Amino acid sequence: MQQLFFLALAAIALISGVLVVFQTHPLRSALWLIVNFFAVAGLYLLAHAEFIAAIQIIVYAGAIMVLFLFVIMLLNLRRPEEAPPGYRLGQKLAAVALAALSAVVLVYGFFQAQIPLAKETTVSVGNTESIAQSLFTNYLLPFEVTSVLLLVAIVGAVILSKSKLK
Amino acid sequence: MVVPLHYYLGLSVALFALGVVGVLIRRNILVILMCIEMMLNAVNLAFIGFADAFKAVDGQTFVFFVMTVAAAEVAVGLALVVAIFRHRATVYADDLNILKW
Repeated sequence: MQQLFFLALAAIALISGVLVVFQTHPLRSALWLIVNFFAVAGLYLLAHAEFIAAIQIIVYAGAIMVLFLFVIMLLNLRRPEEAPPGYRLGQKLAAVALAALSAVVLVYGFFQAQIPLAKETTVSVGNTESIAQSLFTNYLLPFEVTSVLLLVAIVGAVILSKSKLK
Repeated sequence: MVVPLHYYLGLSVALFALGVVGVLIRRNILVILMCIEMMLNAVNLAFIGFADAFKAVDGQTFVFFVMTVAAAEVAVGLALVVAIFRHRATVYADDLNILKW
C-alpha cells in the first residue's frame, strides 16, 4: 500500500519535473514546480517526516514559489525563449550527457557508501519534538549561523533592489 | 509494506538529473533558478530517505538547513534577476555575454 502511494507520488513528481524543464513560458514552469513540491511533500509524509512535509509546503510551495511568480509577473516577459541557430541541438545532447553522467556518479556513490547498522532507537523519529531536540543540542551552532545567513541574504536582497545599482 | 531506501534514492537521482538538464538547456534565468530548487529538493529527498531508513533525526535536521539555504539563495537570486533586468532589459543567459572571451 505504501509502495503504491510512493510510486504514484514519484510519478507525479517526475512528470511535473519534466514539464518544469520543457515548458516555454516561465509561469507554467513555476506552476508545475508547485505540483512537484506538493508531490515531494507527500513523499516526506510517507517517510515519517511530518514536520518537514509541513515546512516544505509552507516555505517552498508557499513563500518561495510566490516570490517566483511575483518576479515573473513583475518582469512581464513577452519575447519567447529562442536559441541562436545551429547551436541548440549539440548543446541539448551535451546537457543530457552531462546529466546522465551526474546520475551515474550519484548511483555509484550510493552503492559505494558504507552503510552502518542503524542505531535502534525507541523514540519515534520525525516528530517536531525530536527535531527541536536535535536542532538545539547537536546542531546549535549551525542553527545560529543559519540566522546570520538569513540576515546576510536580507541585506543583500535589499541592496540589490535599490534603484541605483552602483 | 515499508518503502525501501533505494526507491527514495532512485527518485532522488532522477530528479537531480532532471534539474541538471534544466539548468544546462534553459536560457531563462528564472527557469534555471527553478531547476536549482528542484535539485535541492532531490537532495532533501535523499536525506529524508536515509533518515527514515536509519531511524535517525539528523537527516531531517539537515533538510531544515538546506531549506534555509534555498530560501536565502532564492531571495538573493531573484533580486539579482530584477537588478539585471533593470540594467540590461533581459532575463536570458545568452544575452549576458560581457564576460565571454
